[in-house]
Amino acid sequence: MPLRLLRFAAASRYPEPRMFRAHEGLRRAYDVVIIGAGGHGLAAAYYLARDHGIRNIAVLEKNYIGGGNTGRNTTIIRSNYLTPEGVAFYDESVRLWQDLAADFDLNLFYSTRGHFTLAHTDSAMRTMRWRAEVNKHLGVDSELVGPERVKAACPHIDLSCGGNAPILGALFHAPGAIARHDAVAWGYGRGADRRGVEIHQQTEVLGIDVKAGRVTGVRTSRGNIATPRVLCAVAGSTPRITRMLDIRTPIYIHPLQAMVTEPMKPWLDPILVSGSLHVYVSQSARGELVMGASLDPYELHGTRSTLDFVEGLAAHMLDMFPFLSHAKVNRQWAGMADMTPDFAPIMGKTPVEGFYLDSGWGTWGFKATPVSGKTMAYTVAHDREHPLIHGFRLSRFAEYELTGEKGAASVGH
Amino acid sequence: MKLLRCPINGLRPVSEFQYAGEVRPMPDPDTCTDEQWSDYVFNRNGAPGIKREWWLHIASGIWFIAERDTVADKVLRTYLFNEVAP
Repeated sequence: MPLRLLRFAAASRYPEPRMFRAHEGLRRAYDVVIIGAGGHGLAAAYYLARDHGIRNIAVLEKNYIGGGNTGRNTTIIRSNYLTPEGVAFYDESVRLWQDLAADFDLNLFYSTRGHFTLAHTDSAMRTMRWRAEVNKHLGVDSELVGPERVKAACPHIDLSCGGNAPILGALFHAPGAIARHDAVAWGYGRGADRRGVEIHQQTEVLGIDVKAGRVTGVRTSRGNIATPRVLCAVAGSTPRITRMLDIRTPIYIHPLQAMVTEPMKPWLDPILVSGSLHVYVSQSARGELVMGASLDPYELHGTRSTLDFVEGLAAHMLDMFPFLSHAKVNRQWAGMADMTPDFAPIMGKTPVEGFYLDSGWGTWGFKATPVSGKTMAYTVAHDREHPLIHGFRLSRFAEYELTGEKGAASVGH
Repeated sequence: MKLLRCPINGLRPVSEFQYAGEVRPMPDPDTCTDEQWSDYVFNRNGAPGIKREWWLHIASGIWFIAERDTVADKVLRTYLFNEVAP
């Protein structure tokens, strides 16, 4: 047994330093205030401090860090999107992911598995071929494969899916990976904290002060702060914040549910996604099957779970894997997904000077954590939109220039 | 919310219904500006609250209005569009 572990066991006080400091109170002023201590907000704080030398930052969190959609997603990382804007952006993110663990000195359990998007219909095959060609053109490892490749990678699958929806082929994306989502928030949080960023949990934003079209401060449940720049990274709570500023956005909130089974021996190596069956599934390092389906069918600002969801998803899982009929579901939960009409995020500057949005991440935000942090840090530091996020600007709707990513949504949302 | 009251068919499982978004006035496309039109087409009131929404009972094709609390997921009342003045 390592000495460090023995010392840990024998210690009367908790011997490890905390991941980040707790602060008594808020300062009167900060250079930047970030609302939301999820992966995106903490990543932006980390890159602002590391790459742009801005360290007088407060990250405000109503609840606890990583407790929102950062801790509620199904941890899939991929870059096989449909539009050139999307592919370039997510591909940069996959690259950043790969050396993040070394950067943080923290094990993220980053595990490259290969990602199959199954096609059960001719039209799905056509979309997969389209995505494969866009991906290849932009240098992303992605190809159309036949059912035999799916069977080889996952011998347990019933290729006929119970006879209802036979698998005709798949889009295979070798760099597809999963990672431990909590560690991502902690890693960015610790990295930001070490560079002087203050993380304030249990601090709710009540209002944002604007004078002559410019942000001047933030009112919180623990006092008021003066600041010229505010970054909003609050996913499903975005409309509550934009309402404070009378900023109109297309964002609407639907819950997205997920569940895990009891842990089992490793048998599922790749990540499988089926649009027709509304399933995405991977096996975690702990052995649980992590599964998600499509959005709930109506707007809701809550994270309640439903039995309908478990029944529907379990039925579709059994179409693919009949032998799982005895597996038990351990937990289910929901997150509030901030959806946009074109299935692309809304990032960058807004009509209010000094107020920046990192939102509209709907069901696709976790994989983009590093690159959104990096590009938003650049945007906030220079008050100029990063070139990679031009296609995701809020004004694209008024300009009728949408970035249609719907074809690349992992299931038919 | 697991059951929803259709004004014609009474209490039915929510899976028989289709949600169709908040009731919103459409600007006149012949006279409004491009900006007003894009605001109508794309922008939504995504904030929580009590909202008037269009719902469809799929089985019978009945369109109606539901007033719903989007935080508590509770329907306050449902009625046909012409029954209550907006």
